[in-house]
Amino acid sequence: MEQQQIDIDWTACQGHGLCAELLPDHITLDEWGYPLVAGTAIPARTVKRARQAASDCPVLALKLRTTGAPL
Amino acid sequence: MTTTTFTDVYMSPRLLAPGGTAADLATHEQRYGPLSYGDPDALLRTVAESGLTGRGGAAFPTYRKLVAVADASRRTGRTPVVVANGAEGEPASRKDKTLLRLSPHLVLDGLQLAARAVGAGEAHLAVEDGASYLESALAQRNDPLNVKVIRLPKRFLSGQASALAQYVSGNAPLPRHQHPPVRERGVRKAPTLVQNVETLAHLALVARYGADWFRSAGTPTQPGSTLCTLHVPGREVRVVEAPFGLPLDRLLPLQGMSAVLVGGYHGTWIPSAGAAQRTLDSGDLGAGVLAALPTTRCGVAETARVLRYLALQSAGQCGPCLNGLPRIASAFQTLAAPGPQGNTRQDVARWSGLVEGRGACHHPDGTVRLVRSALTTFAAELDAHARGLCTATDPTPLLPIPNEAR
Repeated sequence: MEQQQIDIDWTACQGHGLCAELLPDHITLDEWGYPLVAGTAIPARTVKRARQAASDCPVLALKLRTTGAPL
Repeated sequence: MTTTTFTDVYMSPRLLAPGGTAADLATHEQRYGPLSYGDPDALLRTVAESGLTGRGGAAFPTYRKLVAVADASRRTGRTPVVVANGAEGEPASRKDKTLLRLSPHLVLDGLQLAARAVGAGEAHLAVEDGASYLESALAQRNDPLNVKVIRLPKRFLSGQASALAQYVSGNAPLPRHQHPPVRERGVRKAPTLVQNVETLAHLALVARYGADWFRSAGTPTQPGSTLCTLHVPGREVRVVEAPFGLPLDRLLPLQGMSAVLVGGYHGTWIPSAGAAQRTLDSGDLGAGVLAALPTTRCGVAETARVLRYLALQSAGQCGPCLNGLPRIASAFQTLAAPGPQGNTRQDVARWSGLVEGRGACHHPDGTVRLVRSALTTFAAELDAHARGLCTATDPTPLLPIPNEAR
């Protein structure tokens, strides 16, 4: 089954922290303000909100990746 | 510092020209016979059967990488690019430089074969040193595909595959986000094969002599031989060729040593008692660096020097690496000086957890690997430091660090 997972482009992320506010169940911030992502897949009911978080990231560092896709 | 090459100590040499004399094209062809290209699919099958893995550190199966690039090319309709990676940014490694100096044509044969196997339209050879020497070696040849020599800046991360692809594309040599990977989208968005120069040299021999010949050295699960850079105090740095599975104590004297650094600055410290039980293993060998630490030296101080260098070599793009590595390095400076440690060891452990797996490249992961092995291997010495005592008697720095401020 196809599942969505959060993927951070670390070269882009500047630690704005918006993602942690929008997806508190999946993202917290480390002591320097960078996202700590829970390794679990995004449940279907949250996918829409996760997409929103991805498009709201000021530097577009948060992406959704379909797991099982070729690396 | 000079590098001595003992090519025939552990096996009859495959890659390095004997006697430490560089092989020109005529000598090379006399030694190995002419290169024949044959059918690309047949070559891919032979590479699969050989079990050849990458010698740049990750030990990824070469066959799978070749196929991934060829597949990406078919999917996208873009012609692949091949980059021979001779960057060798690891300060303790000399094997790629030595190979390129002694047996340049073996690498160049392998580069042509790899290009043929994936259907590449462009080939590059990326090096820090010896570019003009390699350009004259190229001028002797009559290759089907023109090869451009790329001069890389001397940085630890220049040889990281995505950084290399960026540099060849005309950008700064900085690692990029790994999705999509370089083998699908690398140099100017083309599927790109980045292959270590030693891997290419092995490929040139696999193509000539076949998979069974290749597997006649090494172990069934880790076939073939590998180049190693050996650091033993009081001796010249040596580059040797050895089969996988060879006991480490055949390569390094362990008597009078407290630990061995296996795999370089992204590698692991192993207590010498443990090292005596180990063999050459592609799982932890990295790019082949083995360094012995005598009991007279302080492993914590050596690790602190390396960590300072690694923190400075961070590309500074990824928050966790940018924030974590300097903190870890500075904490190790504290641990290296005998005296109260407070919560420093706990801080190091926590920061290690925070940088691991959170970067575009494996620089934080490799650094953490070294940190954790140092905390375990030198635990007794760290305890001694906490009591205000260092057991080392010789404070002279040991491991090579470029441009170190003293």
